Amino acid sequence: MIELMLVTSLVLFGLTIAITLIRIILGPSLADRIFGLDMIGITLISVIAIVSILLNTNVFLDVILIFGILAFISTIAFGKYMERGVIIERKRDS
Amino acid sequence: MTVLHWATIAPFLLAILIPFFYKYARRIHTGWFVLILPLVLFIYFLSYIPVTSSGDTIMNSVPWVPSLGIYFDVYVDGLSLLFALLITGIGTLVVLYSIYYLSKKNERLNNFYVYLLMFMGAMLGVVLSDNLIVLYVFWEVTSISSSLLISYWFHREKSTNGAQKSMFITVFGGLSMLGGFSLLYVMTDTFSIREIIANVDLVTTSSLFLPAMILILLGAFTKSAQFPFHIWLPDAMEAPTPVSAYLHSATMVKAGIYLVARLTPVFGGSAEWFWIISLVGITTLVWGAISAVRQKDLKSILAFSTVSQLGLIMTLLGLGSASLYFDVGAEDTLYTTAILAAVFHLINHATFKGSLFMTAGIIDHETGTRDIRKLGGLMTIMPITFTISLIGLASMAGLPPFNGFLSKEMFFEGTVNATQFGIFNMETWGMLFPVLAWVASVLTFVYCAIMFFKTFTGKFKPENYDVHVHEAPFGMLISPIVLGSLVVIFGLFPNLLAYSLIEPAMASILPNLLEPGQQFDVGISHWHGVNTALLMTIGVIVVGIVIYLMMKKWSKLPFYLKERDPLNRLYDNGVSGLISGSQAVTRAQMTGSLRDYFVYMCGFSILLLGYTMYRYDAFAIDTASTSSISPFMWIVALVFIGATISIAFVNHRITAVIVIGIIGFLLALLFVIFRAPDLALTQLLVETVTVVLFMLVFYHLPDLQRRTAKLRFNILNLIISLGVGSLFTAIAVSSFALGQDANFESISEFFIENSKELAGGYNMVNVILVDFRGLDTLLEVLVLGIAALGVVTLIKLRFTGREDV
Repeated sequence: MIELMLVTSLVLFGLTIAITLIRIILGPSLADRIFGLDMIGITLISVIAIVSILLNTNVFLDVILIFGILAFISTIAFGKYMERGVIIERKRDS
Repeated sequence: MTVLHWATIAPFLLAILIPFFYKYARRIHTGWFVLILPLVLFIYFLSYIPVTSSGDTIMNSVPWVPSLGIYFDVYVDGLSLLFALLITGIGTLVVLYSIYYLSKKNERLNNFYVYLLMFMGAMLGVVLSDNLIVLYVFWEVTSISSSLLISYWFHREKSTNGAQKSMFITVFGGLSMLGGFSLLYVMTDTFSIREIIANVDLVTTSSLFLPAMILILLGAFTKSAQFPFHIWLPDAMEAPTPVSAYLHSATMVKAGIYLVARLTPVFGGSAEWFWIISLVGITTLVWGAISAVRQKDLKSILAFSTVSQLGLIMTLLGLGSASLYFDVGAEDTLYTTAILAAVFHLINHATFKGSLFMTAGIIDHETGTRDIRKLGGLMTIMPITFTISLIGLASMAGLPPFNGFLSKEMFFEGTVNATQFGIFNMETWGMLFPVLAWVASVLTFVYCAIMFFKTFTGKFKPENYDVHVHEAPFGMLISPIVLGSLVVIFGLFPNLLAYSLIEPAMASILPNLLEPGQQFDVGISHWHGVNTALLMTIGVIVVGIVIYLMMKKWSKLPFYLKERDPLNRLYDNGVSGLISGSQAVTRAQMTGSLRDYFVYMCGFSILLLGYTMYRYDAFAIDTASTSSISPFMWIVALVFIGATISIAFVNHRITAVIVIGIIGFLLALLFVIFRAPDLALTQLLVETVTVVLFMLVFYHLPDLQRRTAKLRFNILNLIISLGVGSLFTAIAVSSFALGQDANFESISEFFIENSKELAGGYNMVNVILVDFRGLDTLLEVLVLGIAALGVVTLIKLRFTGREDV
């Protein structure tokens, strides 16, 4: 029973990713696409968690944590790019 | 190393010392140091005459590369001794002549004598080697040193052009010859000419007989300036005159003759050898004579006459090879006349042509011109030169009592005999030879007459010359006088040579024909008596005189005015066409566009791999051992594919980066699903770093351009990308299936069992990375380090080029 639930949720998450991908491709503005990327990242964290339960292992917990950080970093990078045009600012630029 | 070996390489050893003589003994002309060597060698080789004339041969061997069958074998028989004597004898005279010809002050004598000695040594090596590879090595050294000598005055454009041309043509021939030698080795398993002749059946029955023969003949024909490869020889006349006299009349151009004569026992007796050599020879003979008539420069006349005379010798060798035909039996003597004539004319030509070149050089030296339209009336001013020229030209034209007369008589006799051959279809085509030979002899007579009368008779016009015209110094005259007297001596007493040099040489060209102890009947004394040949000679003289007297009429014809050989145009167009053609080919494919190169690479991979798969029928699908796919996997895979395809249609670069990031994330997800936590972690990190890097450089990149390329190119790219994709899919599927078939056990069992026991780690991937296969990791770290250094250098040294890292 619980396995069926997990698989169903996996399918639903898969659909989420597919729909978000469409948003990213169509998305009129850059911000839409960055949100899409961030969302896919978060969704993937959930997917990995469910997969860990399905596979009955805890080795992927690291992956989940790292993924959280990295999704954040890449979103920040994109955001900073949108705002300033550069990601790493140098002292002499300011 | 025997004395013979040292004699062969002595010129090279002396060549090493020449620059020292030149530098530290400036007051003495360097040529005097050189002169001793060929003289000593000449005397040394003279001492072999008793040996060879009694029918003996000498063979000394020194291993060079024994594992490849290459031995420095020195072999002396009649033929090599004849050539060795020519090389050293005329070499002595040429060195003596050059001492007076080349000025001590103005010329770079060290270069000249080094090249000349190199040439002499190489030529001795060619004629004395018994090993084909050694012969080839010396052969190429003659090509190189000849080119060096032709371009001796390298600041003149004509000299360098002539050197380049002769180099191209002779090296082309030399390389073909190497191919032919290799084929001979394939057939007989030896490089030794002696052993090849001993196993001649292996050669004649082999299917490689004809290719080997043609390749070797290409080498001989290019070196001996046979039609149509003769065009380098007239252009080689830009060399200093001693060089022309030595290389381009007496020695190097006879290397091809030597090779043909040397290999006659191997290839002779076959119809192909007979016809190729005879026809090429007779064509060269006629063509050279025709071309020589219309030259206006003394050395050009001599060059074309050399071509023509070499053709004559070649024809005779071709005709004479018939005596090796196994069915001829008792009629032997008919054919051996041709060989006898060839050998005799070889000697005669070397003597009179050498003296003629030297007199031409003297005229050039003392008057400042070689143009027959400017020269004239030199008879009383240069009496000695006049006499020598008269002797040389009369001999070349074939007048009695000089030696040219004898060899021409024998030549006619040989060609007339040829018509009586009952073999090789000679009964139908045989008449060709005496007729063409006669025509060529008439022309020979005409150009000899032109050369003689235009130079020495007529009125002396001082205004034509820039310098005070006078007889040459005595030193310069010694060599031509010696050669001229040899012409007379050999003419009057031909039998001096008969059994000392000519008969042993014939015996080496035609071995196995004689019973032991038997000798060829060298019938030079038979030159009395009225026969066809004598009538032909009389005809030559009469018709030649008539044509010469009518020269005023035909010298207006365009035929006479066109000096350049028409084949030169073919060569020039060929060379320039080759250059422009290869440039066009290079430009057509080397577009400089990486996109095009990528198309080539991918297209080639598809063709190669696809053909290999097709050829070995390697397509296979195995569904039995595949695992099941959950519905969730389908969705992930579809999203994966959708994202990949959408990249091709994205017009905005940042969108492309985002989609690539998503693909990276999905890949990490796949790693998770397939239970590879370490890979997933690494993939995530790398993906993020890549995206960040993209964003870093993004600011500096231009926007994606609108697609302006034509549709055709897109279709090509589509086809190629589809091809690569489907091909590699097919390969992956097939290799999986075939791998299942092969049923090999995976080595991962070992790692699973031993990662704890041997390495003390539970994480198997990491154990493999740092323990079982730590070396790979080490080098991957190195790769990263190099990449980081590269990035730093690229950024830091971007503008200034300073080393401020």
